Amino acid sequence: MTLGYFIYKLILVVLVFAVTLVIAMYSTYAERKVAGFLQDRLGPNRAGWFGILQPVADAVKLFMKEEMIPSVSNRTLFILAPGLSLLTACMTGVVIPWGTSLNLFGANYSLQVTDLNIGILYLFGVVSIGVYGIMIGGWASNNKYSLLGAMRASSQMISYEVAMGISIIALIMTTGTLSVGQIAAQQHGWHWNILVQPLGCLIFVVCAFAETNRAPFDLPECEQELVGGYHTEYSSMKMGFYLFAEYINMFISSAVISTFYFGGYNMPFVGRFVHDANALALLGVVFLFAKIFFGIFFFMWVRWTIPRFRYDQLMNLGWKVLIPLSILNLVLTGGWMMRHEILSVFIK
Amino acid sequence: MQPLTNRSKVVVNKEMSLYEKIYLPAIISGMMITMSHFFKKKPTIQYPEQTREFSGVYRGQHVLKRDDNGAERCTACGLCAVACPAEAITMTAAERKPGEEKLYREEKYAAVYEINMLRCIFCGDCEDACPKEAIFLTDRKVNSELKRNSFIYGKNILVEGVDKRVDVSRRQTPAVLEFKKHKEFEHNR
Repeated sequence: MTLGYFIYKLILVVLVFAVTLVIAMYSTYAERKVAGFLQDRLGPNRAGWFGILQPVADAVKLFMKEEMIPSVSNRTLFILAPGLSLLTACMTGVVIPWGTSLNLFGANYSLQVTDLNIGILYLFGVVSIGVYGIMIGGWASNNKYSLLGAMRASSQMISYEVAMGISIIALIMTTGTLSVGQIAAQQHGWHWNILVQPLGCLIFVVCAFAETNRAPFDLPECEQELVGGYHTEYSSMKMGFYLFAEYINMFISSAVISTFYFGGYNMPFVGRFVHDANALALLGVVFLFAKIFFGIFFFMWVRWTIPRFRYDQLMNLGWKVLIPLSILNLVLTGGWMMRHEILSVFIK
Repeated sequence: MQPLTNRSKVVVNKEMSLYEKIYLPAIISGMMITMSHFFKKKPTIQYPEQTREFSGVYRGQHVLKRDDNGAERCTACGLCAVACPAEAITMTAAERKPGEEKLYREEKYAAVYEINMLRCIFCGDCEDACPKEAIFLTDRKVNSELKRNSFIYGKNILVEGVDKRVDVSRRQTPAVLEFKKHKEFEHNR
């Protein structure tokens, strides 16, 4: 490992981190803008040109707010939890292939920070840790609403992670790899995984909504029943961290959905018009981000359309619908892959 | 029971069909509805820059008019106070002294003339009652104040400036002037 390699990886990590934060920051603005437009309003338009400085104003407000730590709370865990939430949200970005690779000064620079051969496992592991931020925060607040919100969040995450995992297993079966980079590379041109796994994609998207605690699965923080859910006791930037983590999760989920099912940085027919490898790589980044932005918009679109599930409906959907469906998807995928062997049993 | 309208529906708790249980068609149609709103023209009025257009007959803050020579028209007859349904108007009459002919048009004038803007309902009855064409409601808004006492507007606010005349042609239309000429109506006596 040379120093140059180290610097290149460092730059890439910092770049991914910075882009993640900026996009999360402007997601808050976009959310309010989209919500406004979907409800025949204009959304924030006072701070700067078309309200473009609104996230900055929000951040200043959050930093300036009085910081409250309840005297009966577990102080260490109370402070740790939002940080954990944000940390796990930021950690997933490293295995996403943001593009193919750039050829600069005779060296090849991959646009993926690290192509772990168990990238999907890493992704799932980190996402699972994400629920700890919510659980610890809810528990450490020493407030019944926070605790209820945290319990809802954890049970929801556990329920939907099963269906999500099974739908991903079907994907792994068809792609034959756990490396996110390879999955993206395999979907060259038109060979997007959604065409192979439409049901799996649907289940994954629904579960992604549940995993990010977004509407219609935002039960952990429903105001009507639970005041603020797990972040009832949080104020100032700790609260901001939780909100920020949600938007980062949304960004990462969109990136993962785009990479797993919608071809990642691939776009059909581009190779016919652009022949320069570097230009193609950069175009790939643009396409991936276009897909991600649409994904984020889709998250918001759904949030401002569909009302929240009731808790029993949520559990019904998770255990009685999505898990059987994902198992069916798994069996169908396996059956299709082994069709020649199965047929040869009957047709001798 | 007799239904009041023909829009009432009997609530039935029927079992959902498979098509409805899938949810997805309903979700998609709902999302299409929200998307159609995304592109609709927004009815928002950007307040400080844009203001909503007032109706032609809008009745706002009152003005006490002066005549062409700059003398106050009000003679403190008290008809406006009598006409006022909210009892918002009070006044104290005084006699004009020699040398004040430039200031007051007739021998009697209002030394104090106060309208409590919190009581006023902006009905315009004072304007109708006035035999001297002295009080009019204008299209000006009554500003917000911090204290209740500040809403009692005295002559310093109500009387128009000699060089800053308030246009009341919207309220004092030719039809109104014509009507006021007819002394056979009890209103105009």
